[in-house]
Amino acid sequence: MSLPGTYGVMAEFDSPTALVNATRAAHEHGYRKLDAYSPFPIEELNDVLHLHKNKLPLIVLIGGILGGLTGFMLQYYVTVIEFPINIGGRPLNSWPSYVIITFELTILFAALSSVLGLLALCGLPMPYHPVFNVPRFAMASRNRFFLCIEAADPLFDAEKTSEFLETLAPQEVSKVAN
Amino acid sequence: MPEDHDIVTERPAPHEIIAPGYTFGSVTDQIASVVLTRRTPIFWFACFSVSIVLLSGFLLAVTVLLAQGVGVWGIRMPVMWGFAITNFVWWIGIGHAGTLISAILLLLNQQWRNSINRFAEAMTLFAVACAGVFPLLHLGRPWLFYWLFPYPNTMGVQPQFRSPLVWDVFAVSTYATVSLLFWYVGLIPDLGTLRDRTQNRFGRYIYGIFAQGWRGSARHWSVYETASLLLAGLATPLVLSVHTVVSFDFTVAIVPGWHSTFFPPYFVAGAIYSGFAMVLALAIPLRSVYGLQGLITDKHLDNCGKIMLGTGMIVAYAYIMETFTAWYSGNTFEGAAIWNRMTGPYASSYWFLITCNIVLLQVGWFKKVRSSPVLLFIWSIIVLIGMWLERYMIIVSSLAQDFVPSSWGIFHATRWDWLTYTGTIGLFLFLFFLFIRALPMISIFEVRTLLPQAKVEEEAGR
Repeated sequence: MSLPGTYGVMAEFDSPTALVNATRAAHEHGYRKLDAYSPFPIEELNDVLHLHKNKLPLIVLIGGILGGLTGFMLQYYVTVIEFPINIGGRPLNSWPSYVIITFELTILFAALSSVLGLLALCGLPMPYHPVFNVPRFAMASRNRFFLCIEAADPLFDAEKTSEFLETLAPQEVSKVAN
Repeated sequence: MPEDHDIVTERPAPHEIIAPGYTFGSVTDQIASVVLTRRTPIFWFACFSVSIVLLSGFLLAVTVLLAQGVGVWGIRMPVMWGFAITNFVWWIGIGHAGTLISAILLLLNQQWRNSINRFAEAMTLFAVACAGVFPLLHLGRPWLFYWLFPYPNTMGVQPQFRSPLVWDVFAVSTYATVSLLFWYVGLIPDLGTLRDRTQNRFGRYIYGIFAQGWRGSARHWSVYETASLLLAGLATPLVLSVHTVVSFDFTVAIVPGWHSTFFPPYFVAGAIYSGFAMVLALAIPLRSVYGLQGLITDKHLDNCGKIMLGTGMIVAYAYIMETFTAWYSGNTFEGAAIWNRMTGPYASSYWFLITCNIVLLQVGWFKKVRSSPVLLFIWSIIVLIGMWLERYMIIVSSLAQDFVPSSWGIFHATRWDWLTYTGTIGLFLFLFFLFIRALPMISIFEVRTLLPQAKVEEEAGR
């Protein structure tokens, strides 16, 4: 483990290929608490970091089902129980005319849960994060690619991890203050 | 990296969707500089001033309307829908192209959408806002709009869920909400870019709050991609349903000229037709003013032209089938309704709309037209006018002359009708040009993925 006050060590790369190769090397070296930062999504990083599965589809499915139930129950309750109107003896539970609003609320709830789920799974909003303490990190949203090995990793050692990152031919290696 | 600062101005080959020579840095700088510059082009000030003038007219018209009631509009029995619902359907339809580009073309893996989806989605959002104004004002007492929603109340009444007008409330409000969410999720990474690039403390603070601390982590991108796909999958049936529900406002009624089963697909095709016309009408001036020909290329304009041609042909088919069914059904009232459109008091509007939407549509077959921005711009304005006339024709001529000649009447738009209509064009331009100035009009991170250097070169044997 490392000194308190260190979040990790960060290496900077200038191409997505270099980032993917470095991330794979770090993963094969045994590091697990690491994250790659890039200005656009890189599919290969999902392979390297085993990120193919997440819980978002399940959250959206539950949201959609809840929305559909809400839509139908709302209309059923209002037209059958709360405010029944008999028009020419037609059935109160006229479900075919409930289809549209049931559908709309399904979509609405599913969309809301996908956005809220996205924020929750990413831990956003996050007003402070240590990676922003590296001045060069502002380029991560432009044209630079970063790999950060975190101090929380059992293999982490400020000196050795920096030396390891230097072997991956980065542009620059810097310490990330906490 | 000095080469990062070179702005690419060369024109790409006709089939390219992005000019050669761009780097991650130059793409970022070129799109972000539209927002982060201190110099605003004269074009922006000119358009914004026009929008302020039109918007002032809108405020005046709404003030008069609220003070005196909806009677200041030309709505009289039997044409109680008049301009308000015409404009509502027109604006909602325009919005559809944005969702089509952002959702359906994403699912179809059409990469050319990446550089036009952002402003097309913004267009959707503002068009829906303009559309929403009309039914609200048409209520007569807009401050009681919440009566449209079911809520426990002391009056002991509830909305009629078997009515298409109530379906419309849910469809349009869901559409507005989902469009806003989709647009915002797409903006988050670019807001992060602006936060990191701006020199302005206040700007950094505001962009930072809305970027929510986005840092481009691989773990975040993975969830983000899933969320984009899911939202696209949800928005696709939604966009098809919205204009379908709008068409139910007509088809469920028994008024001749309204009561037909082909309205839903006909309305959806018409919506996309007019929406792409608006996309072109906005994209063509913007790309030349801001020098974005390398990102919004002639290929994009050509593709939009082809979609207009395709959906326009569906609309043309619907006009023909409408006439054919009126005759073939043997229904006296349907036949009379179509005959009245062609020869009655609204004949000039009808033939003008046929000219705009069917006859002039045929120019889209020529590559010369589709590759000329000026001609495309003129064509798109013609389509916007034609599609407005179509809604006017459907609503006004059908209501003016229904079953019994003794109840017929003629609709005359008043100056307040026109002022409200042009006012919403002002509202649209006002919101749109604020957006152009404050947010990146092209999705920066999605354009980065189009660059050849974004591909990861795998080592052999992996």
